Amino acid sequence: MSQFALRRSGSTRVLPGFGLSMGISVLFISLVLLLPITGLFGQLAGLSLAEYWAIITEGRVVASYMVTIGAAAVAALVNAVFGLLLAWVLVRYEFPGKRLLDALMDLPFALPTAVAGITLATLYAGSGWMGSWLEAIGINVAYTWVGIALAMAFTSIPFVVRTVQPVLEDMPVEVDEAAMSLGATDGVAFRRVIMPHLWPALVTGTGLAFVRSLGEFGAIIFIAGNMPYETEITALMIFVKLQEYDYAGASAIASVVLFVSLALLLAINIWQGRFVRRLHGGNA
Amino acid sequence: MQRIGDAPLVRRLLITAAVLLSGLFLLLPLVAIFAQAFSQGVSVFWSNVSDYYTLHAIGLTLMIALLTIPVCLVFGVALAWLVTRFDFPGRRLLQTLIDIPFAVSPVVAGLIYLLLYGRNGWIGGWLDSYDIQLMFAWPGILMVTIFVTCPFVARELIPLMQAQGSREEEAAVTLGASGWTTFRRVTLPNIRWALLYGIILTNARAVGEFGAVSVVSGAIRGQTNTLPLHLEQLYQDYNAVGAFACAALLALIALLTLAAKAGLEWRAARREAFA
Repeated sequence: MSQFALRRSGSTRVLPGFGLSMGISVLFISLVLLLPITGLFGQLAGLSLAEYWAIITEGRVVASYMVTIGAAAVAALVNAVFGLLLAWVLVRYEFPGKRLLDALMDLPFALPTAVAGITLATLYAGSGWMGSWLEAIGINVAYTWVGIALAMAFTSIPFVVRTVQPVLEDMPVEVDEAAMSLGATDGVAFRRVIMPHLWPALVTGTGLAFVRSLGEFGAIIFIAGNMPYETEITALMIFVKLQEYDYAGASAIASVVLFVSLALLLAINIWQGRFVRRLHGGNA
Repeated sequence: MQRIGDAPLVRRLLITAAVLLSGLFLLLPLVAIFAQAFSQGVSVFWSNVSDYYTLHAIGLTLMIALLTIPVCLVFGVALAWLVTRFDFPGRRLLQTLIDIPFAVSPVVAGLIYLLLYGRNGWIGGWLDSYDIQLMFAWPGILMVTIFVTCPFVARELIPLMQAQGSREEEAAVTLGASGWTTFRRVTLPNIRWALLYGIILTNARAVGEFGAVSVVSGAIRGQTNTLPLHLEQLYQDYNAVGAFACAALLALIALLTLAAKAGLEWRAARREAFA
């Protein structure tokens, strides 16, 4: 191995292991990530275009798109505000319990989604700690789309906090000082000085939270009530079709979900690439 | 010297809002899990946990996690080494591809495995003729778990190895160290904490995966039921206390994961302060 590396030390590749690491990586990505996706296309090949279209535009399925996209959008917007607040407080202020609060931010990632699901359903049901007083003021969360949005917001909040936090940390003190010494108020300084630095990260984090919410399953199904046309999410539609052994139907809907999430992932990656390049100015 | 938002009133208001909201939104659910699990006393909790089917689910879940970790470890290290130590066409594509499991809905992940390796799939059908069944059995659970957890180790390692650069390894190799020695003596000490955290994250997700596993498992009690699936069945059977007993075990793993992260961050900060 070392002789091989030394022989090549004249080239840019001084280090050994290119072949081995490339082999493992490509083999793994092909077998684990890409090959299974071909199974989906194989299944879809058995459908005519008209059949495919009929499945993905069936009323109950379209209603599930609406519920999923609508709730995910609300959850992402709420998280954009809430996540920005949390990131700001965690970076800018010192207070007792700050380390604990910071650790708590990762809870939704660490907690299994099914656990989050039954817990939120129990808390926000009419008899639960939160549900009982929310019901008293006329707000029903469990078994409505509000509950779906809540579960989505819970599972995806770390995306916003953890994307915004490092950018906020890297912002030099001078930026603040300049704005404040020029007499800007907090509101103006935040809008005109902080936000222009922050919003690419905020958009990235919110976008990631949105994509995650679109695909979320375990945290939602317990609180959603799963009423056809009302509170059925698209991931559940796939699950329902599978239980009916309708593999073609499940695959058709899954292909829509897969396409949308991969397109969004690509868009976020391109957006992030651009944003990073802009931060490094002319060097890149 | 005043910074934006440093006025006492603004500060106090924002901190209060953040703490209150996180308390209601994040901490309360955590408290509720344990409150529900122990709502009928410790002995009921204990009898729920030591139930035969629960113990079987715990065993299966641990076995899946133990098998998943080494696979993700080898892949994560290899990929991180590849994309941070070499420049080649397609490097960025590889880095985008490993994010696929994060973007794909767990249910879709389960479905694509079921389609390929199920009895009607082209690989599954062929295996079936040799009487090998992967789906609705533990190998299927293992396969989808690997799918959903494979990015974690790589994602922890790549930024770190990128920041550290390859100078130390190049020096070692130039001085005649073999590739394996270089990795073990130079790279590994530099990345061990990130590696450990990657493993902890992989474990947390492997233990808790629900959507993908519920598609391929068949959820047969005492056979292919992992702990999250068992919890769902108990909950659907109106055995809320039993379900939350399982939930408390899983929440405990989540809490240990968070503690490990905080500990590792604290360590890194302290080393930076001394450096």
